[in-house]
This record gives sequence, C-alpha cells and structure tokens, in this order.
Amino acid sequence: MSLLEVDKLEVSFGRTAAVRGASFTVEPGETHCLVGESGCGKSVTALSVMNLLVRSADRRAQRLAFQGEDLLELSDKGMARLRGNAMAMIFQEPMTSLNPAYTVGSQMTEVLRRHKGTGQRAATDRAADLLARVGITAPGMRLGQFPHQLSGGLRQRVMIAMALMCDPQLLIADEPTTALDVTVQAQILRLLAGLQRDLGLGLLLITHDLGIVARVATRVSVMYAGEVVESAPTAELFANPRHPYTQGLLRCVPVPGKIQRDQPLGAIRGTVPRVGPGFEGCAFRERCDFADETCSHAIPRHQAGVTHDFLCRLPA
Amino acid sequence: MLRFLIRRLVVALLVAATVMTLAFVMTRLSGDLAISIAGPNATQDDIAAVRKAYGLDRPVLTQFFDWVGRASMGDLGDSFFFKRRVSELIGERMPVTLALGLTGLVIALLVSLPLGILAAVRENTPLDRFVQVVALLGQAMPSFWLGLLLMIVFGLQLGWLPISGTDSWQSFIMPGVVLAFSAIPALTRLTRAGMIQAMASDYIRTARAKGLSRASILLKHALRNAAIPVVAIAAVQLGFMLGGSIVIEQVFALHGVGFLAWESIAKNDFPVVQAVVLVLAVIYVGLTMLADMLNAVLDPRLRGA
Repeated sequence: MSLLEVDKLEVSFGRTAAVRGASFTVEPGETHCLVGESGCGKSVTALSVMNLLVRSADRRAQRLAFQGEDLLELSDKGMARLRGNAMAMIFQEPMTSLNPAYTVGSQMTEVLRRHKGTGQRAATDRAADLLARVGITAPGMRLGQFPHQLSGGLRQRVMIAMALMCDPQLLIADEPTTALDVTVQAQILRLLAGLQRDLGLGLLLITHDLGIVARVATRVSVMYAGEVVESAPTAELFANPRHPYTQGLLRCVPVPGKIQRDQPLGAIRGTVPRVGPGFEGCAFRERCDFADETCSHAIPRHQAGVTHDFLCRLPA
Repeated sequence: MLRFLIRRLVVALLVAATVMTLAFVMTRLSGDLAISIAGPNATQDDIAAVRKAYGLDRPVLTQFFDWVGRASMGDLGDSFFFKRRVSELIGERMPVTLALGLTGLVIALLVSLPLGILAAVRENTPLDRFVQVVALLGQAMPSFWLGLLLMIVFGLQLGWLPISGTDSWQSFIMPGVVLAFSAIPALTRLTRAGMIQAMASDYIRTARAKGLSRASILLKHALRNAAIPVVAIAAVQLGFMLGGSIVIEQVFALHGVGFLAWESIAKNDFPVVQAVVLVLAVIYVGLTMLADMLNAVLDPRLRGA
C-alpha cells in the first residue's frame, strides 16, 4: 500500500485553477520530489494533502489517501489527529513559521503532548534528543530560547525536529531551503536526506532546485501549470527526459562535464500562464518549441517505461 | 530588561515634570486667584490679605518651585474650600474612582475580547458586520445619555440596581457599564484586527500543521500575539477612565476624584485642581509603564530592547 496516494487532485481559487488533475504516490521510505517553476501548484498540492488550504480554496480529487485512509472523507478533527502526528510538514519560511511568543521547547513539546498525551518532562527529553539529532548544539539551552534568538538555519532545524516529534510516516517539506544561505541549504538538505534514510520516512520534497533533486530524490514528478507533466525515477528522468518542459528545465542546470565553457546556459522563454477552469490542451504550448495546433486539444498521457510517464502529444 | 525599565522610568519622570508645569500654568491662567478666593464682595485690602496669606504675592517662579518641591515630597498643600489637606481629600475619594475605573475596564475587556475574537473568526460574515456596527454605535453614544438611559430602565422601571451613591458593589455596575462603553469600540476593533492578522500568519499555519485543537490555535497561539496591542491600549483606556469619569461620577453621584475635581474647579480651589491633575497624570504614566512591562512579558522580542 502506498503511503500517500493522490489521484486527479483539483484545487481552484475562484477563477484560477491552481492544481489540475495532479496524480502521484509516495511510497514508504522513498523521497518523492515535486519540481517546477514558481506558481505551478507545488505548494498548493502539498497544502491540499495536509488540508491547510485557505477557506476560499476548492479542493477536489478522485482519491486522496494516507496509509489507505481516505482524507477527503475525514472530518476536521480526524485530520487534525493525523497532522503533526503521522504526517508532518515544514515550510519555506523558517523566520516566520515559529510563534514569536513561545519558547522553542514549549512549541516542540505541545505536539507530543497533544497527540501522544506525553508528560511535560518526557516531551522535553524527546525535544532535546531531536534537537541534538538535527545537529543543534546545547539543546537544553535552545529549548528555553525564543525564535527571535535563533538564526534562520537554526529555526529550520527546529521546525524539522518539531515535525519529527511524533515519529511521522510522511514528512512534507515545502522548499525547506529556499529562504536560507547557500551553505546552510546544503546542511539542511543533507540533514533531511539523512533523517529520511535513518528513520525510513516517506518524504515529499517540493523544490525548484534540480541539483537538490539529483542528490536526494527516489522519484521525481515535474509539475507545470497545475499538472504533473512527467513522472519518473530520478536517474531515468535525468537520462531520458521526454516532456519538452522537463528537457527545458534540465537545460537550465549546469552539469559539470556536460556543459561547454563558452556555451550559454539554456532558458525557457516566457512565464507560467495563469490557467482558468475548463482550460483545454497543453498549458506549455505557448513556450514550447515543438507546439502545433494539436496541442490545443486534449493531450494523451504516454508511457515511456513501466514507471515513466509524460503528458505530451509527442510519441513515446 | 533593566535598561528597558530605566529608560521608561526616565521618560515617565519627564512626563510628570511637564504635567506639573502645565497644571501650574493653567490654574494661573484662569485669572487672579486672590480675587476669586476673596469673593465678589471683597475690598482691595481683603484681596491683598488673601494674596499674602496664600503666598500669591511672591514671584511666580518662587511659587512654582515651592509647589514642585513640596509636591515631590508628597505635600500637595491645603484646600482653600475644604480647609483640609489635599492629600487626605484625594486619598478619601480615590478608592471610589479606582473601583469605578477597574469595574469599567473589566467589563470592557469581558465584552470586547470575545466580541473581537468572534468577529475575526467570522470575518466578513453578517456577525462580523453586526459587531462592527455595535462598536460604532458604542463610540457615538454620549456617556451621560447612556447613563441616564440605564438609570431609567434598570434603576427606575425595573428597580434592579441603585441609581446613585456608593452604598454597595451594585452601585458600581451601571456607571461601570457606561464607562466601559467608551472603551469597548476601540478594544473590540483592536482585538479583531490583531486576531485577523495573527490568524493569517505563518506560525498559525504551523500550529494547524501540528494538528493542534482549534481552541489552542485561537487562544494560545493567535490571541497571545493579538493581545499585545490590546494590553497597551487597555492600560491607556484605564487611565482615560480614571481621569474621564468626571461626567459619570456626576451623573451617578459617586463622590470620587472626578467629582472632587469638578467641585474644586467650580470653587476655584486651585491647590486641589493642581493636585488632582498631577495625581491622575502620575497614575496615567504609571499605567503606561505597566503596559510596557506587560508587553515585554507577552512579547519576548521586546525584552532585549
């Protein structure tokens, strides 16, 4: 059984369709990366899984299940019992994601007390252990500190440790390193990859950084304008990208040994279009070198292998 | 924290000094004090005698520093009219005013905090609009009129509450409600705005992602941050209530400091007027400092400042 099943997820905000029929699964113990430019629905997809979308959002899906449990049928209370417990999430903004009014310790222990009914002392011990586990020195002191006394990198480590308090099976990380210094980015990423391996977590990692993807992902789903346009195991995707958007993305990344010194780096012209409900055809066609008139009609999903599929009129 | 306190204390002392100067200058500007004390039928000799007796013949600066010096030591002088120590007079009246002000503040908070939270949670619904209209009406209603209205309904027609005097704690309910009404609109709107802002913040998204209960998200995580400006304004409002209860003390015949101030102004009893202004200002400054300290307790980021 898959840890997380998302089938034909649709999310819209009024006249904007943010996610349009996205499907993917996260297996236990794998790292699944969602990649794509800003505004292509990655974060909205993650927030829909956690049911953290704003009230004005409209979320629908063929199936949305966690460990076989249908999340669409779950009450708010039932969902709250899963969140922070079996499925946890960390965010893009470590600077503002912790409550400025409470100590690190108080914010970390309340998760465990809430979900497992653990006593304050045991919860504090667990919090200190986890802070040490995510590479924070002097965890006892940090527990008594307030968020404003910590750097961005430390705050993100606290967020990660806090997400691990209840031993979740699924961790969703929404661009966890985007707001951090480059040196800190690498540390946080190594940390996440290590934790995922050691704890056997299912990790849904959202990023637009293909360098990250190449290093940590088991499987990659490329999102564009709310759709998953290509999905494949990491090595397969990098070796044999089939969707023109995936190919374009990969051309934008310098790969040592592959890129010539004088050769300009690739770019994809234009920006992600805003797509309304009822949009037909390929949303990438305006920016695609291979587009023709058939691209404005329904697009078939092709198989390029047992575990590799893509959404394009071009033949497999 | 200590540096923070010391800095606030210096500012508080400066404010107190300014208020002393203003209180002194204002009472002198209201005319020749000796003439008004001596009365309408006084002769030139009487006025001169009064002037000498009350030390009004001395240079103004001497009078000022004499007053400042004594007041700083806690000696507020004697009342011309009551023929008693001013500090005694104020001491007798203060409990009534304090009880009234605190009753007003407690009622105001009991009404505006839940109302503000409710309006924020139901933002842009009819309930939210209703709360805002009520707040607007509260602000537009003159307190003496509301006081009279309550007296007619609850005092005369229903007979539930005493109309005037300070015989029991029930005497403070109606004036407390009237006083609270002046603070409720601002406190409600501030609570609502603070809660809306807090509920849209990243740390509330984190709290939800942690699966916390709705009560914990609203009251522990959002309200704690939304309360910071509310606390500051509530303390200032209490200052307004203590100083501004003159009208209400009149309407409900409560013999508090406001009543004393009104009597003294009417009788040109300037030592009392000066002293009341000074005492209320010092209380006000003290409350602002208290608000700063409460804010530092609520917002850890302020403690280092």
